[in-house]
Amino acid sequence: MKLTGSQMVIECLLKEGVHTIFGYPGGAILPFYQTLPQYPQLRHILVRHEQGATHAADGFSRATGKIGVAVATSGPGATNMVTGLATALMDSSPLIAITGQVARSAIGKDAFQETDVTGVTMPVTKHNYLVMDAKDIPRIMREAFYIAQTGRPGPVLIDIPKDVQQELAEFVWPEIVDLAGYKPLSEVPHAQVKKAAELINESHRPLILAGHGVTISGAFHELRELAEKAQIPVVTTLLGISSFPESHVLHVGMPGMHGTAYANYAIDSADVLIAIGMRFDDRVTGKLSEFAPHAKVIHIDIDPAEIGKNIKVDVPIVGDVKPVLKAMLPSIAKKTHTEWVSQISLWRKEHPLHLRDTKGIQQQYVIQKIQEVTKGNGIIVTGVGQHQMWAAQYFKSDMPGTFISSGGLGTMGFEVPAAMGAQVGRPDMTVWSIAGDGGFQMTMSELGTMAQEKIPVKFAIMNNGYLGMVRQWQEVFYQKQYVATPLFNPDFVKLAEAYGMLGLRVTEKSEVIPAIKAAMNYPGPVLVDFRVVEDDNVFPMIAPGTSVKQMIEEKESLVAMEDPPEASS
Amino acid sequence: MKISTQRTITALVEDKPGVLNRVTSLFRRRGFNIGSLAVGPSEIPNLSRLTFIVDPGPGDVEQVTKQLLKLIDVIKVVDVTDSETVTREMALVKVKAEATSRSEIIQIIEIFRADILDVSPESIILEVTGDSKKVDAIIELLRGFGIMEVMRTGLVAMTRGKLGPLTSSHHNGTSPKGD
Ligand SMILES: Cc1ncc(C[n+]2csc(CCOP(=O)(O)OP(=O)(O)O)c2C)c(N)n1
Ligand SMILES: [Mg+2]
Repeated sequence: MKLTGSQMVIECLLKEGVHTIFGYPGGAILPFYQTLPQYPQLRHILVRHEQGATHAADGFSRATGKIGVAVATSGPGATNMVTGLATALMDSSPLIAITGQVARSAIGKDAFQETDVTGVTMPVTKHNYLVMDAKDIPRIMREAFYIAQTGRPGPVLIDIPKDVQQELAEFVWPEIVDLAGYKPLSEVPHAQVKKAAELINESHRPLILAGHGVTISGAFHELRELAEKAQIPVVTTLLGISSFPESHVLHVGMPGMHGTAYANYAIDSADVLIAIGMRFDDRVTGKLSEFAPHAKVIHIDIDPAEIGKNIKVDVPIVGDVKPVLKAMLPSIAKKTHTEWVSQISLWRKEHPLHLRDTKGIQQQYVIQKIQEVTKGNGIIVTGVGQHQMWAAQYFKSDMPGTFISSGGLGTMGFEVPAAMGAQVGRPDMTVWSIAGDGGFQMTMSELGTMAQEKIPVKFAIMNNGYLGMVRQWQEVFYQKQYVATPLFNPDFVKLAEAYGMLGLRVTEKSEVIPAIKAAMNYPGPVLVDFRVVEDDNVFPMIAPGTSVKQMIEEKESLVAMEDPPEASS
Repeated sequence: MKISTQRTITALVEDKPGVLNRVTSLFRRRGFNIGSLAVGPSEIPNLSRLTFIVDPGPGDVEQVTKQLLKLIDVIKVVDVTDSETVTREMALVKVKAEATSRSEIIQIIEIFRADILDVSPESIILEVTGDSKKVDAIIELLRGFGIMEVMRTGLVAMTRGKLGPLTSSHHNGTSPKGD
């Protein structure tokens, strides 16, 4: 059967189980758009900016475990996607980006809206393609979906010249994908798994560091079994949040720069670290030479390049978390580590996360209340900054995959379109976007999309009038010299109303719960402007390049510091 | 000049547009310095073979090979630095050669079994092939006469023995060495 390139793209999307795409039209992608009416079963959501399309596709992927798709035109449309691709790559989130390109004959001539998109996106995609022949579309689409979703997932971009979208060719769907240079592994390295089990069985102070890989692999059950069988406390990284139930007695919180003191103490004293699907980011480790000084390290990761990249590993296990843990469990001895677990409990008692009793509204308080009202039965999507760290500390999720945040790239503005994508993927769940007043304004144009498409995200704007996290760094590292961090904000309630959304403002503590309930009871998108304490700081804090030994726990313990060794927020 | 942190690595890659770009772009963004790079078709249709000398800097060389293997178009990567290999490089050298110095230059060329490709009243173009040490040495010797231009191909390397490691079935995603 002969089809146009555009028809082939859509046929492939449908074959891959895609029902929704996020996109924005333009000249070079128009043949594709004009073909959409032939396929009413494919829902297209018109975003307001192509960055929004990529974050929405990313949020969709993370919330559903399925793959999100974003579409844009050539030139500016494609370059607008770069941030979203980089965000997805850093957090191993699968997505497919389809971009229009100028016609083949115009490539390399600086044609109108021509950009070397495969060149520009090379470092921010897992792989990318420039399609020069319509007959290659089915194979390339199939490969792209395969590459994006297997091994360590990531974004794949397909750039299609306008005339290739129009070209007629035979549609041949390849049944199998065979890439000589890409064989994501399936085998479990049993000898290594055995070594790891022995090390765990001999340990006295074992500690699990669970990361995003647990969620991606769907290994919640196996992780829990491992922890319970040998009574091993579990620390969850920022992206590992919700991979292990937070209410579980063995859960120890988040490690690293703004992690709990007790999680960092536990890492500091552990004799065996079992790192599962995480990559020892510098925000987790701090100063490498002082990280986990007493621990032998078992590192399970699907990406061989992550093993040994940042820290020395004693037992490397390259593999998919779920089958690896499954294979390991029978060799794990039933054990209790009463002393170790009670030591951590003691640290927890002595160094708890706690709210000050302020008159004003603390962000932590709002996050706690959202948690209470949703009963943990909702998805949280955060921006980047103080509110993100507080959300990580205070949102106690027991349900897997309910905490979505830009970890590796730390992309402000993620909170709006990613929440939108998550909501589209999970219409059955309440999606709360915990938004910074700064980050929200980076992508708030997507309110238009949500109003148009009736996507009922609940926005909790943590309106502290500042780029709060940067303000905190200026307070701690730059002698309170507040440069370019105070924000003039619009009237967010009026803004919501301008889009026909429900807008609420909360200025008193007593209004917090009623506002959350009102938002949840309202069927459409809602924006709640929480006027929160302006000058609050996130604690504990381990400055970059330092270790748990220099942890700052309270405002009172803040002494003016020199510039951090590797200052970058 | 070879310093100890340099590694010789060979890679088998898909012969597709942009592959070399993917490889060099990866080196650049990971901070690996390429000392030399040679590329050409391999014995397998549609596959090219690269030989490069890389200085991983403070990072370890395993990162170079592992990151390279992550590229979809890269099929196989081998660090041959510590293997038994034969290595060759070719250089074209244009050297000043006036009547007075010409015979001395020709003597050097003969000792190195280099070839004269072109002679003009003021200069000679010669071709020299060998391992990098040999190429370095002749250039050093000729320097005194006045070198006008040097063009080097970059090193190519091949491991000795029956089965070239590059044709064995060692794929992406297999466990790293030291497992
Ligand atoms: C796109 C982008 N630009 C800049 C930064 C640097 N940055 C990190 S946190 C932050 C402040 C965030 O402010 P806001 O969204 O209001 O959140 P808050 O910290 O106040 O909770 C900034 C500017 C970033 N992470 N992302
Ligand atoms: Mg703010």
